[in-house]
Amino acid sequence: MSKILEGLYYAESHEFVKIEGEYGYVGITDYAQEQLGNVVYVDMPEVDDEVTAGEEFGAVESVKAASDLYSPVSGVVVEINEDLDGDPGAINKDAYANWIIKVKLSDPSEVENLMDAAAYAKSIEH
Amino acid sequence: METNKRTCLYDKHVAMGALISPFGGFDMPIQYAGIVEEHNAVRNHCGVFDVSHMGEVTIKGPDAEKFVNYIFTNDVTDAPLGKIFYGLMLYPNGGAVDDLLVYKRGENDFFLVINAGNIDKDVDWIMQNKEGFNVEVIHESDYYGEIAVQGPESESNIENILGIACSDSAFYTFKTLTYEGETIIISRTGYTGEDGFEIYASHELTCKFWDKLIESGKVAPCGLGCRDTLRFEVGLPLYGDELSEEITPIEACLGIFVKTDKEDFIGKEVVKKQKEEGAPRKLVGIELQDKAIPRHGYEVLSGDDVIGYVTTGYRCISVEKSVALALIDSKYADMGAPVKIKIRKKTFDGTIVARKFYKKSYKK
Repeated sequence: MSKILEGLYYAESHEFVKIEGEYGYVGITDYAQEQLGNVVYVDMPEVDDEVTAGEEFGAVESVKAASDLYSPVSGVVVEINEDLDGDPGAINKDAYANWIIKVKLSDPSEVENLMDAAAYAKSIEH
Repeated sequence: METNKRTCLYDKHVAMGALISPFGGFDMPIQYAGIVEEHNAVRNHCGVFDVSHMGEVTIKGPDAEKFVNYIFTNDVTDAPLGKIFYGLMLYPNGGAVDDLLVYKRGENDFFLVINAGNIDKDVDWIMQNKEGFNVEVIHESDYYGEIAVQGPESESNIENILGIACSDSAFYTFKTLTYEGETIIISRTGYTGEDGFEIYASHELTCKFWDKLIESGKVAPCGLGCRDTLRFEVGLPLYGDELSEEITPIEACLGIFVKTDKEDFIGKEVVKKQKEEGAPRKLVGIELQDKAIPRHGYEVLSGDDVIGYVTTGYRCISVEKSVALALIDSKYADMGAPVKIKIRKKTFDGTIVARKFYKKSYKK
């Protein structure tokens, strides 16, 4: 069973955002890492890059394939998780602790367009 | 929508929790424990693959040797019984119909092993071209199951767990033997760069072999995911990536399997010319300095010019490097030459290197 955390917001494309004040931590869900298998590379944007809700901001690569990352929120990248450069497999160990980018939100109300834990759990049921 | 075929081992893959994906018209297991674990199991110990999706065709009759030589690039003339040849079937323009193995089972009795995704096309091609040859073509893909047992411990596991003597088989040879009253084929072949064997048998016996190997705990179930990373690291081509109807075997650097000094065969004129004068494109290895991963179809550049494309690329598992096989304009293909690969929005610096990223360890 994939782990789904309460209190986070989820996108249909399997990214999550964890809101802390005016910032959002964006990463991929546990379900996404399970589907991908061994993550071997994370292509991240640079600090100060702008991201837009629903648009691509990078990619996470498993052995087999590259999957684009779509930002669940809009804003400016204030930090990237540089630990993932040396240890991309950390996402497989704990996808939620190993967020990919920290975004200064330009429109905090955008999270209303995302799913909560219960809705996301339902969306990945088969 | 047309549904995919399933091999005789499909229910076992599902029961074992394998990730299933379509490949070559079949629903196939991509991974069980994970591509990296399975890859390393084969490099260091032993793994078993369900390769029952592969197609089998027997060609026999008075003209069988002559006919095989006509549709196949390698030369089977006067070969000893039990020998296996790798080679290709070509279109008249030199493009590949398929790459395949030819087993010499008897005088004028050959067993062809073809790629799953090309089965219908290959059988049609063979039937179209057999006019004027006194041969019988028997399509046996639905009868045979096939497993590949690969890795340095393959020989001992097959002997001890399955009770099949195989230590006397040389690389690229096979034997037919009787197992529980059934005739099976076992060959010292594979697609991983390691020692290993492929066993062709009925569905029932294939399932039995699979169960015995898995239950022993000594053989890891392996999916097509690591089959691809393993073959890639040692520079073995995959039809659809390094080979296609638009790529000749000379471009794919498979010239040693193309015997242009033998009698006429389909496609000979083009490949003979390319062998003598050089082909317009060449398959090369490319190593990137960065960790970004080149994938099939990505552009290869020299300066601002697009000079070709990536056929397969990975973050290599056995040697931690981002590497690719790429088909590029021959004039840029010098060893050590600088090239770039475009990955999403950025371009990354790379160098032309040998096409083998990891050393094969066949037992010859």
